[in-house]
Amino acid sequence: MIRQLTLNESDNMSADTKQNTITIDGQEIPFLAGQTIMDAALAAGVYIPHLCHRQGLTPHGSCKLCVVDIASKNASACTMPAVAGQQISNNTPALNEARTTITQMLFIEGNHICPSCEKCGDCTLQAMAYHLGMLDGHFPQFFQRREVDASHPTVMLDRDRCILCELCVRASREVDGKNVFEIAGRGTNARLIVNSASGKLVDSELETSDLAAHICPVGAILIKESGYKVPIGQRTFDLHKVSEIGLEKIVLTKVRQPDE
Amino acid sequence: MSKIRIATTSLAGCFGCHMSFLDMDERLVALLEHVEFNRSPFTDIKHCGSCDIGLIEGGVSNAENVHVLREFRDNCKILIAVGACAINGGVPAMRNHFNLRECLEEAYVNGAGVENPQIPNDVELPLLLDKVHPIHDVVRVDYYLPGCPPSADEFLKILGDLLAGEAPSLPYNLLHYD
Repeated sequence: MIRQLTLNESDNMSADTKQNTITIDGQEIPFLAGQTIMDAALAAGVYIPHLCHRQGLTPHGSCKLCVVDIASKNASACTMPAVAGQQISNNTPALNEARTTITQMLFIEGNHICPSCEKCGDCTLQAMAYHLGMLDGHFPQFFQRREVDASHPTVMLDRDRCILCELCVRASREVDGKNVFEIAGRGTNARLIVNSASGKLVDSELETSDLAAHICPVGAILIKESGYKVPIGQRTFDLHKVSEIGLEKIVLTKVRQPDE
Repeated sequence: MSKIRIATTSLAGCFGCHMSFLDMDERLVALLEHVEFNRSPFTDIKHCGSCDIGLIEGGVSNAENVHVLREFRDNCKILIAVGACAINGGVPAMRNHFNLRECLEEAYVNGAGVENPQIPNDVELPLLLDKVHPIHDVVRVDYYLPGCPPSADEFLKILGDLLAGEAPSLPYNLLHYD
């Protein structure tokens, strides 16, 4: 019976189309071979919440906000390859509740004092919390003491706000062709470190024009003397929702060399 | 119908949330047809009577804050954490990265322009806590109203919801942390 059905010509045609599509929340989305679920979703204008993902950089799969439900199994959309016929749930109350909990944990682990942060309004973590309707941190605050590195003449590193997404680590290696940042330590000891003899930014290869200096989604890596050029109320997420596709202001213009 | 009774206080806060509340301006007149204020800086009533809603601005930074907060929890049916400091400690909680002695010495002994340096030690002064805490570390909190400060529109929305007998909620355009 099954063989008879697949031999049917019209069924074969529909099988062909299905080969290149996945379904997210009931919407059929095409994909190309090698694309992840996130790639396909973004290309189709479908928003899957994410913090550690940026198109053009190697997927990291660490923030776990992009976890989706694939036939009752959870997986990170940014690392899971799209496979024909996948039935994916994304914007569900259960997943969004889990995303809110993850975002709350990010807030209470670091020192995210929005009123005193110059990234306020441009911060993807803050915008994510708004997107999810987060009203409080829920968990006890860690109030961890983390080191500030103001040694560099033009770039500031405030680890209080670092969410360990490794966007700067990957941008430095994959786009800037340098190796300025790394995450050291594990668990609550995990922290962003700088690749220089002194461990200070000033002695690293980081330059203002590097993507790594601009890619931070929170207020951990900041360009000095520019924090309030755009006034509060006119910043990215004052004017846009985080769920709008293609908001990345930074275009990955540098081409990776074959030997990099 | 008797009016809804509201009490408000500022713990380790700057009274900015209270100022923002007053930004309702003429809308306060309409609100006061439905609510009356009990203990609050608006009334100067010193202790909290039995109330329907308690609005707490500021985090918990000293022993007096703890007593006041517990008085509010004991007397208010619904307790709302108002503003960044009540919700996560806010700017005062930035002292949590240092020990208390370091903070006091920086302010009263080694600070620029300090004359007759000494750490205040009057019995009238409430003892400082080791750390600044969000209020939900000390008492149960029913609802959260974020913002630094929350806008008058946010106060009106959350009080309007409660007066209508509904669970308070903030629409996306009113939700902000700064």
